[in-house]
Amino acid sequence: MSNPANLKYTASHEWIKTESDGTISIGITQHAQELLGDMVFVESPMVGRKLKAKEECAVVESVKAAADVYAPVSGVVTAVNSELDSTPEAINADPYGAWMFRMKPDHPADVAALMDAKAYQAIVDSEAH
Amino acid sequence: MSLKQTPLNAAHRAMGAKMVDFGGWDMPVNYGSQIEEHHQVRNDCGMFDVSHMRVVDVKGAGVRSFLRYLLANNVDKLTQPGKALYSCMLLDNGGVIDDLIVYFMREDWFRIVVNAGTADKDIAWMQQQAAKHAPQLLIADHPELAMIAVQGPNARAKVWDALPGSRELTEHLVPFSAVEMGTMFIARTGYTGEDGFEIMIPAKAAPYFWATLAENGVKPIGLGARDTLRLEAGMNLYGQDMDETINPLEAGLAWTVDLKSERDFIGKAALLANPPAHKLLGLVLLDRGVLRGHQQVHSVHGAGEITSGSFSPTLEKSIALVRVPKEVQIGEQVQVSIRDKMLTAKVVKYPFARNGKAIVSL
Repeated sequence: MSNPANLKYTASHEWIKTESDGTISIGITQHAQELLGDMVFVESPMVGRKLKAKEECAVVESVKAAADVYAPVSGVVTAVNSELDSTPEAINADPYGAWMFRMKPDHPADVAALMDAKAYQAIVDSEAH
Repeated sequence: MSLKQTPLNAAHRAMGAKMVDFGGWDMPVNYGSQIEEHHQVRNDCGMFDVSHMRVVDVKGAGVRSFLRYLLANNVDKLTQPGKALYSCMLLDNGGVIDDLIVYFMREDWFRIVVNAGTADKDIAWMQQQAAKHAPQLLIADHPELAMIAVQGPNARAKVWDALPGSRELTEHLVPFSAVEMGTMFIARTGYTGEDGFEIMIPAKAAPYFWATLAENGVKPIGLGARDTLRLEAGMNLYGQDMDETINPLEAGLAWTVDLKSERDFIGKAALLANPPAHKLLGLVLLDRGVLRGHQQVHSVHGAGEITSGSFSPTLEKSIALVRVPKEVQIGEQVQVSIRDKMLTAKVVKYPFARNGKAIVSL
């Protein structure tokens, strides 16, 4: 599966989608879900929580391991995908559909400055060696 | 340093395995979904490459009396050729060097299967003890033997289909015993809580046998599912649930230590001198989350630590083995520190699941 070109990415394997209302949706990438394996638990941040860029704010756990999820930019949490509480495996089945939480970024320019799909793929490729 | 490979390495890659560094071995962690592989074994059957484990033959006159002294369990329980015994091998201070299975073949031949990560240390220890107590013995390991475990309710029937002549030899093999078949060694043992065989086979022949099993519908299972299967079955993992700093009485392995007979064995004096202050129990997490090794546990009787924890596909809950003060009782609730939270878990008797079914009552 390739990484969608309309998304932004972080080196810590989050994807970021800008929604029509200016908020951003955040999930974990295909590469990240593949590394972790079968997801069994998701812990999301509280709505209203203020986050700094690169702050730990959510956790995904697979059968194998736990991994932190980081805020890609600073902003406020506006929504969480509570469906993942009962169906964490959706992250494996559809990593780019299974958003974990949404934020209103403090500075939209921070989002524009994140990596594109090509730059992210280069990071994935370099990890393989 | 390059990773060691089993004779089935190419077969795993061809079957789409995700390979990982497993204690210096390049091994399959899964072939897609660990949870599906777990259910495959509980409901039907699957095969595991466990060729990284080491076979050690101990041969010569007086093997039995040497092993009577070397091992914490008593090989005098083995009277029928082929019968197996699970045992710990202890240091003088009672710490566990390794856990192993020992097969009685003949009065001058016992076969021992030890863990991969401890094999070299184990063999050195055996040789050191033999030099002192039984220098006539020959202790030889067999890294040229591959090992394939086929496990699950349909495992034996699938092996019989794949291996002509095996049915006649193994149909009446009682659990925890083995028989030779040509250059193969077929044991009715396993590490999943399901029926099945562990089969030793010369490395050269292993890829063909693996492929034949696959043609007969046996699915490959990675080491990821092997870990959740053994955890549900309440089987200890060396290096996690016990090691050289823990004695077997505090690791849930008192049932494998024979303290009743008169015989002396390495570690016996230390075990008798130090009554256990801890015990190993099961945990089921009542809150949402996942229990993991090394998480701290708080009970009204004092602190404890999780030794193995994961998500149980059979129970669809998180489960763990936990070392706690001996006063902790089944049915009590404890708090587990997970990141910045304290979550509630219930103390249960393990195993959690065996023979396809959950057996823990909540």
